This record gives sequence, structure tokens and C-alpha cells, in this order.
Amino acid sequence: MALDSKTPQGPIAEKWTNYKNNIDLVNPANKRNIDVIVVGTGLAGGSAAATLAELGYNVKAFCFQDSPRRAHSIAAQGGINAAKNYQGDGDSTYRLFYDTVKGGDYRSREANVYRLAEVSANIIDQCVAQGVPFAREYGGLLDNRSFGGVLVSRTFYAAGQTGQQLLLGAYSAMNRQIGRGKIKMYNRHEMLDVVVVDGKARGIIARNLVTGEIERHSAHAVVLGTGGYGNVFFLSTNAMGSNVTAAWKAHKRGSYFANPCYTQIHPTCIPVSGDHQSKLTLMSESLRNDGRIWVPKNMEDVTAIREGRLKPIEIAEENRDYYLERRYPAFGNLVPRDVASRAAKERCDAGYGVNATGEAVYLDFASAIQRYGKEQAIVKHLDVNDKALIKKLGQEVVKNKYGNLFQMYEKIVDQDPYNTPMMIYPAVHYTMGGLWVDYNLMTTVPGLYAIGEANFSDHGANRLGASALMQGLADGYFVLPYTIGDYLSNDIRTGAISTESPEFDQAEKEVKERINFFISNKGSHSVDYFHKKLGKIMWNKVGMSRNVQGLTEAISEIKALREEFWKEVRVPGTNEEFNEELAKAGRVADYLELGELFAKDALAREESCGGHFREDAVELEGEQKGEAKRDDENFAYVAAWEYKGEPSAAVLHKEQLEFKDIELKQRSYK
Amino acid sequence: MNLTLKIWRQKNANDKGKMVDYQVGDISGDMSFLEMLDVLNDQLINKGEEPVAFDHDCREGICGMCSLYINGEAHGPDRGVTTCQLHMRMFKDGDTIFIEPFRAKAFPVIKDLVVDRSAFDRIQHAGGFISVNTSGNTIDANAIPVNKHDADDAFSAATCIGCGACVASCKNSSAMLYVGAKVSQFALLPQGKIEATDRVLNMVKQMDDEGFGNCTNTGACEVECPKGISLENIARMNREYLSAALKG
Repeated sequence: MALDSKTPQGPIAEKWTNYKNNIDLVNPANKRNIDVIVVGTGLAGGSAAATLAELGYNVKAFCFQDSPRRAHSIAAQGGINAAKNYQGDGDSTYRLFYDTVKGGDYRSREANVYRLAEVSANIIDQCVAQGVPFAREYGGLLDNRSFGGVLVSRTFYAAGQTGQQLLLGAYSAMNRQIGRGKIKMYNRHEMLDVVVVDGKARGIIARNLVTGEIERHSAHAVVLGTGGYGNVFFLSTNAMGSNVTAAWKAHKRGSYFANPCYTQIHPTCIPVSGDHQSKLTLMSESLRNDGRIWVPKNMEDVTAIREGRLKPIEIAEENRDYYLERRYPAFGNLVPRDVASRAAKERCDAGYGVNATGEAVYLDFASAIQRYGKEQAIVKHLDVNDKALIKKLGQEVVKNKYGNLFQMYEKIVDQDPYNTPMMIYPAVHYTMGGLWVDYNLMTTVPGLYAIGEANFSDHGANRLGASALMQGLADGYFVLPYTIGDYLSNDIRTGAISTESPEFDQAEKEVKERINFFISNKGSHSVDYFHKKLGKIMWNKVGMSRNVQGLTEAISEIKALREEFWKEVRVPGTNEEFNEELAKAGRVADYLELGELFAKDALAREESCGGHFREDAVELEGEQKGEAKRDDENFAYVAAWEYKGEPSAAVLHKEQLEFKDIELKQRSYK
Repeated sequence: MNLTLKIWRQKNANDKGKMVDYQVGDISGDMSFLEMLDVLNDQLINKGEEPVAFDHDCREGICGMCSLYINGEAHGPDRGVTTCQLHMRMFKDGDTIFIEPFRAKAFPVIKDLVVDRSAFDRIQHAGGFISVNTSGNTIDANAIPVNKHDADDAFSAATCIGCGACVASCKNSSAMLYVGAKVSQFALLPQGKIEATDRVLNMVKQMDDEGFGNCTNTGACEVECPKGISLENIARMNREYLSAALKG
């Protein structure tokens, strides 16, 4: 099947308007006869479910958590971008579009990104009308902050809990429709398959996580807002339950999976402390505004620190290597996420890591405390030579800006970051890849849609800060409700979809067989045993820096691990009860397939772009020596993989990316 | 460190349930409380026994899913944290730790330490929203200026994570802090004033119907709340309720 992005014709700024003027609509009386299933209730799924119900469709929404409010969008900290230009600093729809395409290293689809920028301003209007308590200035108007990789202040925020407040806004819109009976909510339910009837997505098979019952649900269209797959690495900043299962089942039923290797590894996370670790904690990127990143210059200092004979504050300035400032004088500590993460790995691989595991670098606020302290002393007409006073005043300023993050760090690491540098290390955080979708957000299976992090479309090879929340809400509130109507207009005479069909029988049978296998297979290892092993392969060989040998090894190691899993996995308990190990087993089984495709995709992309860094694709000379080298001539395409039974047999389809409105340039931060 | 755990085990909602003793060793102070339970569960699975069921998801203190009653306190002995943010360095070698579910009539046990908090959702269905469609055709965001202090107070109320620690800590199993937080968020904002009367009446009615108790001002909820939601929110809800009731 040839990939058709269905991008509308015409100038980029008019595409979305023209599209909306020309689509088919469903009249209100007919909407009452049409059912839509929405899986996932984060920003994308929650906002889509609420809006579709308002429009009049009958919505069934599913989440695996005990309430839609707990989806992992809730953990987003920093903010949400919107081209409001409230600050009058030159922002515009075009500039947000440009920044997003450039930030994504020119691997996203122009028309989708422009539409995202176009609807962004409306998101803020909508959220304020819903009562989302954004941060405000004393005049009563909305406040903005700045984020990495851009030159304007366009980020709206609610302290360090923007994701929580936006999600609770979408949750409240859902609650209104649940109360009216327009959304039927299925909490603690996990989708285990998509049902395709006559080539169209017509329903799902779900498991009730409390009773174990396998349920059939039918609809005229199915929407997946099921998030990303960062947990394929076992350790990530994702929630424990975040999984690829829904997207992977869609893939197995015919949806192409796009760019699986594009992963964002966030530079400011708390390092791993030991093998017991179950997840990683991210601290907002905003810390890099005031923190300076360094490791010791001399190996004897590294050894002394690891042995506890030396404290970081005892190392003299001239014996510290502020490696980001050294390598990237123009951007310094504020280089984009992918660049900062790779630089930390480079130093740690060279042996300069500063904790017991050798995987940590310092993030030091001492200079900022001094600078702010002196400023305050001058403002308050106090003695600028009183060192203790300067430190105290500076610490107060830093506390006002980052107090909650410092407190979180201290709780986890048990060290006081006001008096000793923080230790940080990169961690898996977001996946730009996902199900391939066209301009309508429809996958290659008609009637099956993917929105938010679950699709691939807007962030290219690297996502800018504060853009995930924007995309989730744009897809759910403002894009999907139009595009899905165009599709459903053909279904007004279809009538209710029956769940008594051979396709439903078959899908349910397959789901039940798999569950029975897990329950009756008395293997020798727990699910986590395999998940941790998979995570180690992914992190060591398909992580921040990739090469042909490592990727080739990863592919065969994952395959071998998958075979061992199917022989040796042990799941206690029964199906007919609350059984978390059983739910986990299904998720890890899918990760063991995705992981291989992920490595295969990374091997096929012989260039470095955004979060994908290939050691054999670097600049060999000049000012950029050693930096990532993109290859627009050969790789300016979306890699969309078609399922053919085994990950190794997946077939590559290319969607060539065209850049008509933006000139392709090398990203330079030197 | 080596610990003795006394954990509530209950097969399902109909089972009577009982405390069962377990031993865990080699626990490091850097582990979170839930990671300590992961160690126990791995041990149980390897012995062919059933692991202990408990709710958890984000493990960074924001989703509100984790819900353990540890040594008689919701989310354990530390302040301002959820169970997933509680670290084992708060305990010492040889300690005995009691672990129970959040208990309340409105929170029936599903299994072991997992409870059903859907009553919280149903209270929100009754009025925890502003009735504005998500068409995008609203007025410009800055056309509604909000006094910064009110906006900040509304935000503080809105940081409730819906975990239910307030209910579990209250001797009356009252949900007044939880409901008060949502009523306050909207009462403090101009957007929320339009439906204020119906909202507070409907939410309070649903709260009562779900079987939550009344507030007798002991303030345990505020002490145990991981997000520091203030008792002022209960006072504000009472005020809103009184004026709504007088209006009829």
C-alpha cells in the first residue's frame, strides 16, 4: 500500500481552513446513532472523548488506571506552548511552526506542524474558560516563561504542575459528559486488541482488570490516545503502567509503526541508585537556566570522590571541566536536550562520572547563588563582601525559583542541593515515534485513529520542551473532532455494529489463548526479570549513542530474550481476579517485539538526527567535528513499518518529507 | 536493613481479610517504600506465592494512585509526600511496619491494599466542571483578568491529587477536604461563579449519597494531605453551601 499523507493542497497557512470548509459533516440527529471508542484518557484521549461527546457522538472511554485523572500527562511539569504573542516579543504562528520543525531536526510533516501552531492559541482560551488556574501577573493577565531552543516567551504554566492542571481540565470536561450519559467510562480496563471488520476498525477487546472478564466493545471508529513506549527501556520517567500494547495491537492489525527509534532522552534526571530502582525521576529543564554542569578534570579527583575522600565543593575552579560551556560556547548549559544528554554520556563513558555507578555529572548552583546574592545585597544596600550573607540571600532567590525541585531532589537523594551540587544523568522520557497517521490522524487501518504521543506526526526526531501538552490537546480538542466527522459521515446508515461476528470471535479467542498461556506456563522467572533484561539491552545498545555492531547485537539478543520469555515466564494467580503480574506479562510481551523493531529502525537510519545519534554519522572536520550529521539527501523520510509476522520481517514504507516553507539547515549550537 | 512487615491480605471484596507477617532483608535506605514492596513481591513470586496487590503508577507523587496506610498514617510517617515518595531511610533496621489499605465505607477493598475510589469520580460528575464546550470558540484568555491572589489560591486548591488520604485519616471518613478543594478552585475564579450555586449543592449531595461522613474539624486531613491542601477550603465550601442553600 502506498502511503498517502492526504495533506490538503494550497498555501500552508490556508490548508486547515480550506480543509474544514470542504469536509463532510454529520448532522446532529445522526451523531446520536454513531459510537466512538476512545482508549486512553490523558490530554489527547481525555480531550477527544469530551469533545466528541459534546458534539453528540456516543463515546466509550477506557483507561487502565482507577480514574481517568491519573493518566501520565499529569506528571508534565514545565508548561504548554502557544503562539499568543502576549509578550509582544515577535511570536507568531509561523515562528512556532518554524521552531517546532527545526527543533525536530526536519523530520516532521510540515502541514501537520503548521496546523498545530495554528490551533495552539485557542487551547489557552479553552483552558482558561474551563477554569484551569494558569500562573498570572499582578495585573491579572496570564504569565509566560521561556523554554529551551527558542527565542521568545510563549510558554504558559501552572507552577511546576502544568500537566496536572491541564489534565484536570480535560477530566472536568469529561466528567460533565459522563454525568450527562454521553461518555460511558470504563476505568481499570485494558485494551488487548483492535477488531477489524471488512477492513475497518469496528471495536476492541478489553480486559476488566478487577474481575478478569474479557469484554467485546463495538463502535464505528476507534481512537487510540495511549501514549508513548519509553518503558521499553524498563527504566524511564514514564509511569509504571505506561505501555505500548494498544499501539502494538493496532500495528499487528495493519497500522504502520513510524520512526520507532526516535526517543527523547532528557538530560536532567536523578541518577540510578541501584538495581532495586523501578523508575526515574525527571527534574524540569528550567534548572539549566541557573545550574552549571561539570565533572572533575582530573581522574584522581574522580576516584577520590567515589571513595568518599573528597567533596565536590573542595575541587578548585581550575580543576573542573564545565564541558558544555567548553564545547558549546554559544549556548553553553542551554543546548537542546539531545545534545546535553549525549555530552553527559561522553564524559561518563570516558570515566569521569561522579557517583558509585559512574553515571552522574554535577549540576551546580553555587555560581547562581553568588550572582543572585550579590544582586540582592545591592538592591537592599547590604554589604556585598559579607560571604555568609551573600550565600543566604542567593539561596533565598534560588529557593523561590526552584524550591519544589530542590525539595524533591533532597527527598530522593538525601543530599542538600543548596550546599552541594546536584547529581544528574539522562533518562528516557518521551517517544517521538508512534503509529503512522495521515493529515486526518488516521492510521493505515480505516477508522483507527492515533492522537497525542501515540502518533508520530508533529515532533520529528526531537521534541521541544512544552510541546507535548500542546500537541495532546490540539489533537483531542481541535483536530480529531473535525477529521473523524469526515470519516463517520459515511456511516450514518450503518446502524449499530454487532459484536457477534467472526472477527470479534477470533480476536477474543486470541486474547484468551494468550492469557491462558501466561497463567498455565509455570516458568522460572518473573515478568520483571525479562523486562529488566530487555531494558539493559535497549539502554546499552539502542540508547543515546548507536552503532552498527551494537544494533545488530541488540536485534539478535532481543529475539533470543523473547524466545526465553515465552518458555520461562512465570505469572502467579488466575485470570479471574485483580492480577497485576498478568497485565504486566502482556505488556512486556509486546515490548519484546517492539524493541526489536526499534533496533531495526535505528539500524536502517544511517544518519544522525535529533534523538537518534549514529556514531558512524558525524561531522569529520571543521568547527562541527564530532557533532551529529544529518543526511537530507537520503533520509528525509518517515520510516513507516508494516507488520509481517515477526519484527525482523517488517517491511519499510517511506513517506518522503517535503519542505516547501522552511529551508533545511544544520542545527549548530557552537 | 531487615524488616518485619504486617500486611493486610484480602482475596477480594467478599473475603474477610487478615494481617499476614512477612520478612524482608537487604533493604537500602535509598529505596522508595514501593520499591521495598517490589522486593517483597519478587520474593513471593519466586516462592510460588501470590504477590501483594497495591495501586501505584507514576511513582513521582502526582498521579494519586498509591494509597497505603502505614503504621497508622496515610502515606506513612513523612510529611508532604505520597507513599511512592516515602523513602526507606525513614525506617531503621529491625522495625516492624504495619501496612493497610485506605479504609472507609465509601472505599471498598478490591484486593489486599487496593481500594475502589470511584466515589470520588462520581462526586466530580455531579458538578466538578464549568459548563463550557470545547469548541475553541470562547473569548480570548486575557479577556478574563483574575486577581493574582485568587488565581494562586485557586491553583493551590486545584493541586489536590485525589488520593483519598484525607478520607482515610478522618475518623468520620469525611471527604470534605477533597470536595472543598474543587468547590474552592471554581468559587475563586470568575469563570466558575456562574454555576456556583448548583455546583456546591450537587457535589455535596453526591458526597453524602456515597456514604462519606461529616466534618468535625479535627484537621487530621490537612496534616496527612500529601499536597498540603488547606482546611480553608472546607470553610469556603461551607460558606458557599450556606449561601447556595439560602438561595434555594
